[in-house]
Amino acid sequence: MAIDASGVKKVAKLARLSIDDDAVEVTAATISSILELVDSMQAVDTLGVEPLAHPLDAIQRLRPDQVTEENQREQLQGCAPAVEEGLFLVPRVIE
Amino acid sequence: MTALSPVEAEPLLYNTTSNRPNPMYDKTIAEQSRALASGEISSVELTQTYLDRIRLFDGDINSFITVTEALALEQAAAADQRRAAGDANAMTGIPVAHKDLFCTQGVKTSCGSKMLDNFIAPYESTVTGKFRDAGAVMLGKTNMDEFAMGSSNENSHYGPVKNPWDKSAIPGGSSGGSAAAVAAQLAAGATGTDTGGSIRQPASHCGITGMKPTYGRVSRWGMVAYASSLDQAGPMTRSAEDAAIMLNTMAGFDNQDSTCLDHEVPDYTATLNDSLEGLTIGLPKEYFAAGLDSEVEQQIRNAIAEYEKLGANVKEVSLPNARLCIPAYYVIAPAEASSNLSRFDGVRFGHRCEDPKDLMDLYIRSRSEGFGEEVKRRIIVGTYALSAGYYDAYYRKAQQIRRLIRDDFLNAFKECDVIMGPNAPTSAFDIGSMSNDPVAMYLSDIYTLSVNLAGLPGLSVPAGMANQRPVGLQIIGQHFDEARLLNIGHRFQQATDWHQKSPALV
Repeated sequence: MAIDASGVKKVAKLARLSIDDDAVEVTAATISSILELVDSMQAVDTLGVEPLAHPLDAIQRLRPDQVTEENQREQLQGCAPAVEEGLFLVPRVIE
Repeated sequence: MTALSPVEAEPLLYNTTSNRPNPMYDKTIAEQSRALASGEISSVELTQTYLDRIRLFDGDINSFITVTEALALEQAAAADQRRAAGDANAMTGIPVAHKDLFCTQGVKTSCGSKMLDNFIAPYESTVTGKFRDAGAVMLGKTNMDEFAMGSSNENSHYGPVKNPWDKSAIPGGSSGGSAAAVAAQLAAGATGTDTGGSIRQPASHCGITGMKPTYGRVSRWGMVAYASSLDQAGPMTRSAEDAAIMLNTMAGFDNQDSTCLDHEVPDYTATLNDSLEGLTIGLPKEYFAAGLDSEVEQQIRNAIAEYEKLGANVKEVSLPNARLCIPAYYVIAPAEASSNLSRFDGVRFGHRCEDPKDLMDLYIRSRSEGFGEEVKRRIIVGTYALSAGYYDAYYRKAQQIRRLIRDDFLNAFKECDVIMGPNAPTSAFDIGSMSNDPVAMYLSDIYTLSVNLAGLPGLSVPAGMANQRPVGLQIIGQHFDEARLLNIGHRFQQATDWHQKSPALV
C-alpha cells in the first residue's frame, strides 16, 4: 500500500515526529517502498492460523503484588533534563 | 593516533601467516584464562595491552564509543587480587567490551544515538552485571547501529565502523563495533545483541564467532529495547570455546525479565569435544537458491564437506515460508520499536530540544532531533502498522506468518539435528554502497531473520573468504540447543583454522 505526503505527515504526528517539508516527498516514497515489500504477506492464506506472540508459546509470568523497588528518585532523576524538588519540569500545560 | 606506549612490547603488526609465537592479544579467552591462572601474565598487563591497541588502532576502525580506561585498570587490579585469593573463574581478569545498549551504571550508554548521547545509566543490565560479578574487565562500550536498527553499522550517531579486514567494507550490524573490536584484537571477547541477525551477520563479515541464544535464554533486563519479542543477547568471540565460556556467564533465569525462561543452564564447555558421528545436518533448499553469491556458496559447501569428514550426514530440507521472514520481520520489529521508543519523550532522560514552546513541541522536536533517519523510518512504519484499521492487515498478519515460519523449522527438525547455511547473501559490502536504499539493505537479512522469528539459537563460525572478505557458516539449532551448536562449531574449529586468522592492522 502506498502512502502519500499527507499520510506520512499524519503518521509522523501520531509518533510525535516531524518531517521537514522538503523531505516529505522522499520520505513518503521510501515508506511506500517498505510497505510494498511487506505487502507481499497479503498473498498468504493465514485463515485459522493463531498469531505467534512468543516463539516458545510461553505466557506472561506474574509476580506477587508486593513492593520490591526501593525509592531511587534522586538517582533516577540524575539524568533528567530538568527537575525541581523531585518533579520533572515541562512547559506549562494548564494555563 | 597516539604514540606507542612503553608497555607495548609485542610486535604491533601481526599476521597469522608469519611464524611468530602468538602475542597475548592473539590468544583466545580460554588461553588467556590459563595464562592468568599460571601467573604468566596479570590482568593488569593484559588489560593494558588491549587499551594500548585501542589507542593505536581504533581511531581508524571506530569500534568503541566509550573507552573506560581507568575503570578497566581498576577492575583488572581487583581481578588479580581475587585470583591471588583463590576465587577466580574462567572470566576473571578477561578484558571484554560491551555493546553500547547494555546499561552500565555510571557509564554512558548511548545506543549509538544522539538521543542518549548524554545518558549515564543509573543501573546495571543483568548481562554486564554478571560479567562484572565474575570479575571480567570492561574495556568500554562498542559502536552500533542506532538503537540496533541496521545491518551495516552506518546508522550510528558516532560514525560508521570499519571492517578491520578491509576498511572500505562495512563490519555488518547492528553489533558491528563488537565484531570489529574482537576481529581487530582490541578486546578478548564482546557482548552483542541479535534482533534479526545483529550478532551472526557482523560475526560472519568480520571473521569471528558469534552466537544468538534461544529467545529467553539470556536476560534482557537493562538492554535498551528495540523489538522485545525478538531481542536476545549473546557472545562474540574468536572461537566457539570462548563463546561457550562467555555464555556460561551470561545465560540463566532472571526475575527482572518477564520473558526470560526458567530452564536449566548446562556447562557449555563440557560437551565441546563430543563426537559428531551420526549428526544429521539439514540444508534448506531455499537458502541455496538465486541471490546467494557463488563464492559465498562455495565456502559454505566446503564447510559442510568438512562436517561430512567429521562423520555428519547431510540431507536437503525445506523451509517453504522462508522468504516471508522479510515482510513479517519488517512489520513486527518496527511495530514493537515504535512502542518501545515512545519512552524517549525528552522529559525524564535523553535529549531535550532547546526552548520548547509547549509540551507537544517538546515531544516532537526532542524526538526529531534525537533520532536518526533509519530509526524515524522504522517508527513511522511501525506506527502505521499499529494504527487504527491496519492492525489486522499488518501486525496480526505478521504474527500469523511468524507461526508458519516457526512451524517450518519444527517440521524440518523432525528430519535433521541442525540446519546449516549462509548468514548473508554476500560477504561484507562497501561502506556507502547501500545506505540510500533501505529496502535493498533489508533484503540482505534473508537468512538470519527467521531464526529470531522462531526464537531459535544460531551460531556463526568463520568458514573462509569470498571476494577477499570473511564468510561465516550459520548453524541453526533447536530451542535450548546452544551446547550442541557450540560443540558443532568447536569440532569444526579443531579441524580448520579460519577462526585463527586475523587481519593485519596498519
